[in-house]
Amino acid sequence: MESSGGAPPAEERRLLAASLTARYSDWVLEELDELPGSFLLTDPAMSGHPIVYASRGLASLTGYRPRDVLGRNARLFQGAATDRAAVAGVRDAVRCQRAHQVAILNYRRDGAPHWVLLHVAPVFHAHDGRVLHFLAVQVPIAAAPRRRAAPCRRPPVFAACREEARVEEELPCASHAGEAFVDIDKRGLEAGEPRVASGCDKEKALSTANSIFSALNRYSKLTGLVVCGKRCDSAGIPALSSSLNLSLGRIKQSFVLTDRHLPDMPVVYASDAFLSLTGYSREEILGCNCRFLNGPGTSLEVLEEINRNICCEQACTVHLLNYRKDGLAFPDLLHVSPIRNASGKVAFHVWVHLDESIKHDFNGLSPEVWQLGAVGAVRVAVRSLSASGSLLRPSQ
Amino acid sequence: MEVKLTIKRVPTVLSNYQEEGGGAGCGRNCLGDCCLPASKLPLYAFKASNQNKFAQEDGLPTDFFLNSLLLGQWEDRMAQGLFRYDVTACETKVIPGELGFVAQLNEGRHLKKRPTEFRVDRVLQPFHSAKFNFTKVGQEEVLFRFENGGGDSSYFLANVPNTESSHPPSVVAINVSPIEYGHVLLIPRVLDRLPQRIDPESFLLALHMAAEAASPYFRLGYNSLGAFATINHLHFQAYYLSVPFPVEKAPTKKIPLAKCELKSGVKVSKLMNFPVRGLVFERGNTLKDLGDVVTNACIWLQDNNVPFNVLISDSGQKIFIFPQCYAEKQALGEVSQDLLDTQVNPAVWEISGHIVLKRRADFEEASEASAWRLLAEVSLSEERFEEVKACIFQGTGLTESDEEDETNEESPYASSSSAPVASSHIPEGCLVLQ
Repeated sequence: MESSGGAPPAEERRLLAASLTARYSDWVLEELDELPGSFLLTDPAMSGHPIVYASRGLASLTGYRPRDVLGRNARLFQGAATDRAAVAGVRDAVRCQRAHQVAILNYRRDGAPHWVLLHVAPVFHAHDGRVLHFLAVQVPIAAAPRRRAAPCRRPPVFAACREEARVEEELPCASHAGEAFVDIDKRGLEAGEPRVASGCDKEKALSTANSIFSALNRYSKLTGLVVCGKRCDSAGIPALSSSLNLSLGRIKQSFVLTDRHLPDMPVVYASDAFLSLTGYSREEILGCNCRFLNGPGTSLEVLEEINRNICCEQACTVHLLNYRKDGLAFPDLLHVSPIRNASGKVAFHVWVHLDESIKHDFNGLSPEVWQLGAVGAVRVAVRSLSASGSLLRPSQ
Repeated sequence: MEVKLTIKRVPTVLSNYQEEGGGAGCGRNCLGDCCLPASKLPLYAFKASNQNKFAQEDGLPTDFFLNSLLLGQWEDRMAQGLFRYDVTACETKVIPGELGFVAQLNEGRHLKKRPTEFRVDRVLQPFHSAKFNFTKVGQEEVLFRFENGGGDSSYFLANVPNTESSHPPSVVAINVSPIEYGHVLLIPRVLDRLPQRIDPESFLLALHMAAEAASPYFRLGYNSLGAFATINHLHFQAYYLSVPFPVEKAPTKKIPLAKCELKSGVKVSKLMNFPVRGLVFERGNTLKDLGDVVTNACIWLQDNNVPFNVLISDSGQKIFIFPQCYAEKQALGEVSQDLLDTQVNPAVWEISGHIVLKRRADFEEASEASAWRLLAEVSLSEERFEEVKACIFQGTGLTESDEEDETNEESPYASSSSAPVASSHIPEGCLVLQ
């Protein structure tokens, strides 16, 4: 949804600012304002994938002041002669959540076309792999004709393309961000010869991007977030796709997923409810085996029973004593079950926990069925994962 | 001389009680008059009005119906070993191509082909108690009753005696041969022993179920007799598949209606660029308005002996009707052997684009072209479809207007005009890009 012109209304501006300040401290805006260059930050989780931050340098390059573009989708820079294939390349990179560089014809506020090197990169939450924002750096490409530049080597700091999807994009009604930077807006002038970015332009783009990451990191630590330019491995385990994380994130029960194919069967996902139940933080347990929950009172026979069932790929429900981080024991109704992906083979095990010492209200369902609801929801989420870990794609 | 047409096919087993001797009478805790009224089942009573789709303040969480109740109960039955196989162990993939057909390999046990229990050339056939019907199903296969609570909020009761109800019980049961995880059967007014035919009240029940699930990935389907319904006892099917169906992505072309008929608010379109010709019904001022228009169309088809399938998608906001002719062609020997060898019976799920294949070679080689070829055999010809469409319009009192057609080229997934379902409460799993 684009505002018609001029600054967005106050409430909207507050929401756009909150997109950053909710994740990073308030000083992040000042820090970003200090950085040279023309760049934007966009929030894919907000309707229309709007620009939530625009740098001071934007005006001199494009004629737009930051308040002219806040809340609008970045396609506003494109125009009639912008190459659609280039735009499609950007759109695809946004959908696949990978970095991308392309020389593209943009239009200034006064309608004049100009060539820029556009560098788009996702900003990942370091631990759960969510994409928090996209950054888009624009570096002007000079007019002089030059030799064909060396093929652009994708900067190694950014992850290879993973075919993940944002959940919101699939809702039939949502006019959301899959169309992130796309859409030709009919605005007049023709382009000249297509231009090629020089190595110097690319370095400049990269360096600006890195400065942005540094700024975000410096200020994210204050609110407990850590961000990075690639999907980070926690303790050496491959992170789950961010869309899988998103769908798992909707499941309210207390559970973890473990991966038996990795050494010592580590936890690869933990729900928020699990963290509340046990008192651990995500960083502390991702990559660890579930035995961190066990303690002196935990029955070894029950643990052996669980292991036996895991080995034969069967589900089981057991009662055992487990321990929170603070050492407090709780009676745990634990259901463990193998979970298969689209290939039909077991990809993970799900462990759903329930503290039996607390009175729960499951709206009439028995505790067992309530737990099994989590298992079912996990099955559905993982079933659309192909063997390579990427999602099933309907075309190509 | 009337020739009775039948075909031989491997029957789909919907219930563990289907292939028994079939003798009724009990002690088995079934769904018949002998057992059901005397027993208790969980009851989900849905809200009567669908105006407020979002968070109910004191009511159930919006994902309760689908995530907690249906999937939880389904998983419970899996743990009890009631299903004939683990469907999640069946390899599945999306076939590359424009439409993205979904293929699944389910080699299953080799079952013998038997003649179908009823003739395939009559859409309406009387109920036969001797044949298998859902009153013979054991209650362990039933997940819960699903009925109209009559109020503003939905509620759930874990254990309700079946005698105490203002409605004849309608139940949701498992399909023991599931196509996907969560595959269930909705059986309206099970004790009334209704044959497989659409009526307004039952269809509305199905729409309400789609609305309660509130997920675009949970669809309901109906097969008439002659269009691969397995059992002549009124039932709908439903399951959860977290990718768009090909038919949901196909473009549609609106059929302009004369102004006076627009008071129901229902929009009718023709399905375009899809191997099976069909009509699409959307919007409607209320769920009932939409349901009534569709029901009228189905009743015309039933009464005029045209087999058809119905897909309820988009949480009950979008309904497809596919008239078809495959079974008759098959009985008359008009279908090529290689298509028959795939053993695919093109019922509503196959037509929508979800195809279960029984041979690995078919699965490996599955292509959009081969899927299209199979489904094209199912469709009525353009001529016949237009005839049927005209008759449906006439029979249901709709009039096509003379205005210029508005072509709606966008696929439904690109259009932003559907009801604004809040993303935060959609309980589905990973979704896929086009």
